[in-house]
Amino acid sequence: MAERRVHAFPNLVIPSTPVVFDPDICNGCNTCVNVCQVDVLIPNPEEGKPPIVLFPEECWYGGCCVVECPRPGAIKLNHPLTQRVRWKRKETGEHFRI
Amino acid sequence: MNWKEFVKKYGIPEWPYPVRYGEEREVSADVLVLGGGIAGCWAAISAARKGARVVLVEKGATIRSGAGGSGCDHWLNTPNPCSKITAEEVVEWELESNGGYTNALSRYIAARESFETLLELEEMGAKVRDKEDEFAGAPFRDEETKFLFTYDYENKIHFRVWGTTFKPALYKECKRLGVEIYDRVMATSLLTRGGEAGARVVGATGLNVRTGEFIIFKAKAVIDCLSRHQRNWIFSTELRGISSFRPPQITGDGHAMAWRAGAEFTMMEKSVPSSIASGYAYPPYGTGNPFNTWLPCTMVDARGREIPWVDRDGRILKSVEERTRPAPGQKFMGERATSYNYKRPQLIPDLEERVRKGEFVLPLYADLPSLPEHERKAIWGLMVGEEGKTKIPILRTYTEAGFNPNKDLLQSYLLIGGDPMRGKVLPWERAGGEIGDAGGLVVDWNLRTNLEGLYAAGDALFAGNYHYHAAATGRYAGRKAAEYAARAGEPVISRGQVEQEKARVYAPVKRQDGIEWKELNAAICRVMQNYCGEYKNEELLNLGLLWLDDLERNEAPRVVADNPHQLMRTLEVFNILTCSQLILHASLARKASSPYLGFFRLDYPEMDPPEWRKWVTIRLEEGKIKVGELPLDFWKPLKENYERHR
Repeated sequence: MAERRVHAFPNLVIPSTPVVFDPDICNGCNTCVNVCQVDVLIPNPEEGKPPIVLFPEECWYGGCCVVECPRPGAIKLNHPLTQRVRWKRKETGEHFRI
Repeated sequence: MNWKEFVKKYGIPEWPYPVRYGEEREVSADVLVLGGGIAGCWAAISAARKGARVVLVEKGATIRSGAGGSGCDHWLNTPNPCSKITAEEVVEWELESNGGYTNALSRYIAARESFETLLELEEMGAKVRDKEDEFAGAPFRDEETKFLFTYDYENKIHFRVWGTTFKPALYKECKRLGVEIYDRVMATSLLTRGGEAGARVVGATGLNVRTGEFIIFKAKAVIDCLSRHQRNWIFSTELRGISSFRPPQITGDGHAMAWRAGAEFTMMEKSVPSSIASGYAYPPYGTGNPFNTWLPCTMVDARGREIPWVDRDGRILKSVEERTRPAPGQKFMGERATSYNYKRPQLIPDLEERVRKGEFVLPLYADLPSLPEHERKAIWGLMVGEEGKTKIPILRTYTEAGFNPNKDLLQSYLLIGGDPMRGKVLPWERAGGEIGDAGGLVVDWNLRTNLEGLYAAGDALFAGNYHYHAAATGRYAGRKAAEYAARAGEPVISRGQVEQEKARVYAPVKRQDGIEWKELNAAICRVMQNYCGEYKNEELLNLGLLWLDDLERNEAPRVVADNPHQLMRTLEVFNILTCSQLILHASLARKASSPYLGFFRLDYPEMDPPEWRKWVTIRLEEGKIKVGELPLDFWKPLKENYERHR
C-alpha cells in the first residue's frame, strides 16, 4: 500500500458541502462571498480560486449566492442528504430523488 | 473545498479580513435604520425622500438579506382597484382569525398604503404584474391591470408577485437616494441620552462582523427594523442554518437592544409549536402540498386517488376552480383564516383518521400534471420560483435533477415525518410565532415606541408579519422618523455608555479558553423547552428564569470567540438569552390561558376569561420588570386615528 499521510482530523460538522464550485468556471470574483447574508464563505487565499465554505452548517440554503453569481455553472446549491425530496412519475410509477 | 482540504493545503488558516478589534469609527445621521431587510430598506427610502440624511446598518448584505431577500410569492391583504374589499374589512378578518390578538394599528396602516407601496416598488424596477401575458385568460388574472391574484380569485386582495426582483430593486433605490449603507455590521446596543435606560434614543453601536471594528452611530431618530426573536426553543448544533424558518441571522437583536434601553413590549408570551423542528423538515415549498405557495394543488394518495377538498360547510368541491372561490354568502376569504366567516376551502379535515382506516394510502403526492395549465404554471415556475428560497433550492435544483411538473408527482411528507409546514412536532419545540404573528414592540400611531427617538417597523412590531406589512410600515415609519428628526435637538452620546458596551462586546475575544457559542445556545433552548414549553405554571416559569440567570452568570462569561464571525454569533446568543428572559417575564405576567397565544397555564387554565382579554405589556424600569396593560382594541377608532396621524 502506497504511503499516505493520515491526519488527526476531528469529525467535520455536517452538512459540510452546501455549495459546490466548478473550478473551471469559477474565477474567484467572490460575489457569492459578499452576497451571502449568513457569511458562510471566505475568499480563497489564492486569487482566482473558488471560495472556501468556512461555516457550512450555518447555510440557510437561500440560493442567493447562485442567483447573483455572474458565471453560470460556477456554483451549485447542494441540499444535505437528509433533505432530498422524492417524486414519482405518474405514468410509469418509477421513483426518483434529488 | 471543505475545511479538511483547506487545512491540508494551507495549514491553520489566518482570518482573511484585517482584524480591528477595539478600533472605533463615528458615523452621524438624521435617521439611523437598523436592519436592511424589507422594512429597513423601505424605511431608509422613505426617510431619504423626505430629505433626511439616512444611514442603514445591516448584519449581512443588503442586496439579498432578510426574510424577503431571496424572494416573495404573495403581497397580501391589499385593497386595490380590482377589488371591492376595504381596508376596514381586511383588518377585520385578521382580528377575527386571531381572536383580537393582532396589530390592527399597523395592519390598518398597511391596508391603507400597501397598494401605493406596491406601485412604487414597480417604479423602482420590480416586477409586480403579468406584463408578458404569460397568464392571459387565467381565472386569477385581472385582464385590464394584468395583476395576478391568489386565495380568493373573486375578491382579489392577495397578489401573486415576482418577489425575487424586489430586494435588488430596493437596494438600488437606497443607493440612488444616497442612503449610506453599512453592510456586515451588527447593531449591538442602542445609545441613550446620558446612557440612561428609558431616555431618548440617540444612536446605536455596531460591530463589523468581518473586521471586528466598533462603530458609534449618532442619530436624531432610530428605526428598529431588526425583525422578531427566533431560536429561543429550537437549536440543532449541526443543522444550524435550517432549524429556523426565517434566516438564521434573525435572532431578536432588535428586541434585546430595545429591551435593555427600556422599550415596552407585548405578546411576548405567545408561542406555537414550530414546524421547522430542529432542521429535520424538508426544504420549505420543496415538497408536494396544497398550501399557500402551492395553492390550489390537487393531492393524491399512493394509488392515485384524489384527496377531496371541502368548503367551510364541509361540502365536497367538484373542481379545482371552486378551491379559490368564496362559498355562497361568504364575503371574502382570508389567507390563513380560522374563523368561519373567512375560511378557505381545505383538504378533508379528517384525512389522518381516514388514512388510519385504510381509505387513503400513504405516501401522498402533489398532482401537478392533473391541474389546468394556468394553475400548474402558476405554482411550478411562478410561485415556486419567486417565493423566498425557491428559485435555486427548489425550481432549479429539482429541474436539473429531472423533475417535470407535467409528468411527475412530488412527494408529500405529511404524516410520515418532515413536512415543513404542517408536520407534527414535539410540543416543546416552539417559536414565538413562526409563520404567524409574534410578540414585539408596542407603538403608537407614529410607529414610535415608548422611547423618544425610537421607531419600529415590520416584524419588530408586536404582532407584525408578512412582506407587504414590512414594506408598508417601513415606508410609514421612515417618514415619521424623518419628520421627527427634522425638528429634534442634537443627539449627545454618552462616552461612558460606549465604553461599557465595548467591554461587553469584546470580552469573548479576550478569553483564551472557554466554551463555544453553540453549546450556550443549545443550553438556553433546553431551559426554554423544559420550563416554558407546552405546559406552564408559576413554579416552572420562575425556574426558567433562575436557570437562565444561572447561565448568564456562569457560562455566558466563558464563551470564547476565535474571530469576528464567531463574535457575532456569540453576541447573537446573548440576545437570544435576553429575549428568552423577556418571554418568561411576559408569561409570568399573563395569569390566564389563551389558545390564540398558544399559551396554557396549568395554574390558570381558564381560556380567555373576559378580564384577561387585553394586551399585557412589560418593560424594564430602573432594572425592575414593570408590568402594564392596554385594552385589546386600544387603536380605535382605526380610520380617524390613521387619518389624523398619517
